[in-house]
Amino acid sequence: MSETTAKTWMPSFHVLGPLLALIVLIILGASINSNFLSYGNVTNVLARSAFIGIIAVGMTFVITAGGIDLSVGSMAAFVAGVMILVMNALIPSIGVTVPVVLLGMLTALVAGFIAGWVNGVLIATVKIEAFIVTLGTMGIYRSLVTWLADGGTLSLDFDLRGLYRPVYYDGLLGVSWPIIVFALVAILGELAMRHLPFGRHCGAIGANEQVAKYSAINVQRTRIATYVLLGMLVGLATIMYVPRLGSASASTGVLWELEAIAAVIIGGTALKGGYGRVWGTVVGVLILSLIDNILNLASIVSPYLNGTIQGVIVILAVVLQRGKKTDG
Amino acid sequence: MSDPILAIRNVSRSFGPVQVLFDVDFDLRAGEVHALIGENGAGKSTTMKILAGYQPPTSGDVLLDGKPVVFDDAQHAEAQGIVMIHQEFNLAQQLSVEENIFLGRELRRGPFLDHKAMQDESRRLLDRLNCPVDPRAKISDISVPNRQMVEIAKALGRDARVLIMDEPTAVLTARETDILLDLIDRLRAEGCAILYTSHKLDEIARIADRVTVLRDGHRVFEGPAKGMTQDAMAEAMVGRELSNLFKPKGKPQDQTVLEVRNLGVAGLVHDASFHLNKGEVLGFAGLVGSGRTELMEGVTGLRDATGTVTVHGKPLKPGSIRAAREAGLVYLTEDRKEKGLLLNKGLTENLTLLALHKFTHPWIDTAAEDRALTDAIAEFDIRAGDRNMKAGNLSGGNQQKLLLGKTMLADPDIVVIDEPTRGIDIGTKQQIYDFIVELAASGKSVVVISSELSEVIGLANRVMVMASGRIVGEVSGDDINERTIVKLAMGMTSKDDAA
Repeated sequence: MSETTAKTWMPSFHVLGPLLALIVLIILGASINSNFLSYGNVTNVLARSAFIGIIAVGMTFVITAGGIDLSVGSMAAFVAGVMILVMNALIPSIGVTVPVVLLGMLTALVAGFIAGWVNGVLIATVKIEAFIVTLGTMGIYRSLVTWLADGGTLSLDFDLRGLYRPVYYDGLLGVSWPIIVFALVAILGELAMRHLPFGRHCGAIGANEQVAKYSAINVQRTRIATYVLLGMLVGLATIMYVPRLGSASASTGVLWELEAIAAVIIGGTALKGGYGRVWGTVVGVLILSLIDNILNLASIVSPYLNGTIQGVIVILAVVLQRGKKTDG
Repeated sequence: MSDPILAIRNVSRSFGPVQVLFDVDFDLRAGEVHALIGENGAGKSTTMKILAGYQPPTSGDVLLDGKPVVFDDAQHAEAQGIVMIHQEFNLAQQLSVEENIFLGRELRRGPFLDHKAMQDESRRLLDRLNCPVDPRAKISDISVPNRQMVEIAKALGRDARVLIMDEPTAVLTARETDILLDLIDRLRAEGCAILYTSHKLDEIARIADRVTVLRDGHRVFEGPAKGMTQDAMAEAMVGRELSNLFKPKGKPQDQTVLEVRNLGVAGLVHDASFHLNKGEVLGFAGLVGSGRTELMEGVTGLRDATGTVTVHGKPLKPGSIRAAREAGLVYLTEDRKEKGLLLNKGLTENLTLLALHKFTHPWIDTAAEDRALTDAIAEFDIRAGDRNMKAGNLSGGNQQKLLLGKTMLADPDIVVIDEPTRGIDIGTKQQIYDFIVELAASGKSVVVISSELSEVIGLANRVMVMASGRIVGEVSGDDINERTIVKLAMGMTSKDDAA
């Protein structure tokens, strides 16, 4: 019964840990380089966090429900490829117009929906391990985009690029669209996780699928929904990403799945499922981006060691999570 | 009388603030079978675990060959020839029979495992049990009774002086039980000291030389088994007239609320039909594995089933627990730890999980959830040290009350309760019995599945008896007694054995 004393402070550390790490990083960054807190740098960091961030919010639900999705990076490349092909194909009939861009966006969402649904059905209905299914679709989506691009790069029509560009580069009140979309997704995700039955059900399924089933939760449908939601968020991230470069290739979105999963875990969501928090994921995404940014701004450690530091932080986050249970 | 090989003297044991054993004495002598009986929660397992070195006593002594001894752990006790036979679920599922039997003491030839020798020895041990299982078979591929036999073979292979058997026959058929009891006779003749626990008092009467009865952590009886009737044992266990436990039964109304016709669950339940009236408590009796749980899971949409289920005159959509809930039909599982509660989550989240839709408009109303917890704590007398504690940290009885609260929050008309009092203490049992009687009195209808006959007899207006997946009889009124029910439940089984 000696755990009771430890319990009173350990959870609060567990809750605040990622936030403290983020604050430490911000202080560190600000002390290393005076440009760190400048408007330009902050918006740059946030905008580049947005793609992974939007995906990581969806990943939070998947992991909370006891799943995993390794295919999101490949899926993003595939969705981007399909989106570009559709838009290019529409130009001859509709011309370089806003409807083409809107149809392209719709394509991205539908493609993400279908890709996520395929993952979800294979996992929840056919009952194949999530790791295996998404390892498989990771290869499939990646190879499909390579095939669509015939081994090269799929480029968006040059004129259309000009029309689409503002979606990444412009914004509202000095805040660029990717940041706004990321913020909205994060807020809605946090609300859904904490205040909608969907979020509660994800936690219940991840904690104990049997209990969820016996509590009249439609386990299969909820699980598929997590993958569909993630797929659509991949589509949304792609919508924000395509105008940045205007192209897609086999190297688009490489390792995004790892960054998204890492952000979720750093944020305090349990990898084995049962408990998740979206705001933690947002903090996790920011931590990963800031490490990258600080290494680029400071010349103390080589930026090439970015992956090493991120890896150490992910492992550390998991060790701290486990420390909560094995105390005493 | 010979001196005891292993004994405990004035042993007490507490878990945190809860004391579960009070000054208990217990002796194990060579060539003697000493039965330890008591209700669930009486302290039997704790006593066994202290004897076998799994737990130290909080106070008191463990004596080995008359000298005080402190076991570091179960391995230490095993090295002294004290072996505990666990229930069948303690085997490594993915390992073979042979690998389990020799787990931790594998035979070697040089640096390599000697599979041939281990298989031969396993075969020999299993033959003593008349168990035909292949030593190379994987545990997960063999039947539950055979797993229990493997568990016993594992203990036999350790050349025990003292054997501690924790309900070895709970999952065995009558014929397998006979084989085991014969084996115990032989081991006794060979000079082994045996502690035997079982809920089946006829086995105790047949095999035991001495009986110790525990009640609420106290030793209330110790004496020779000879001349002790099963009734006397039961009375010593419960400590009062059984009838006092139950309030008088209510009178059901003449209105059918649930009608089940020709229900079948593949391989488990065949052609089951029954009905339930308003305000009625309908008992389901039968042996473990007779298909009662599977039948009710089929009725409530948790399992695929054939046949028809009609609730309040309307056919129920099959295979949907949600449809059942909306029709006012809920099932309260027998397995509260694996199917009933999220042990790692808080009380509120568990309480409202089944009826979450009632708290959602469109956001979850956490203030209302909080009020629901306050109400449930009061209504079901849930004793939680802290409202924010995890469900897994509640005692078994309070977990069961929380599960009741969760189920009742869905506001059902028909409640199926599977093993309402498994593993909980007598005080809480009575509260749950009272609750069931009151529930029926308020016009709801209740199905009680129970393996404790006294429970079915004390609560039910009518009793359906199942055997081998079929409903084999229905008894009501004065026919609701142990003899009639057991006869029905066993009748089918002995026929199967002959087949």
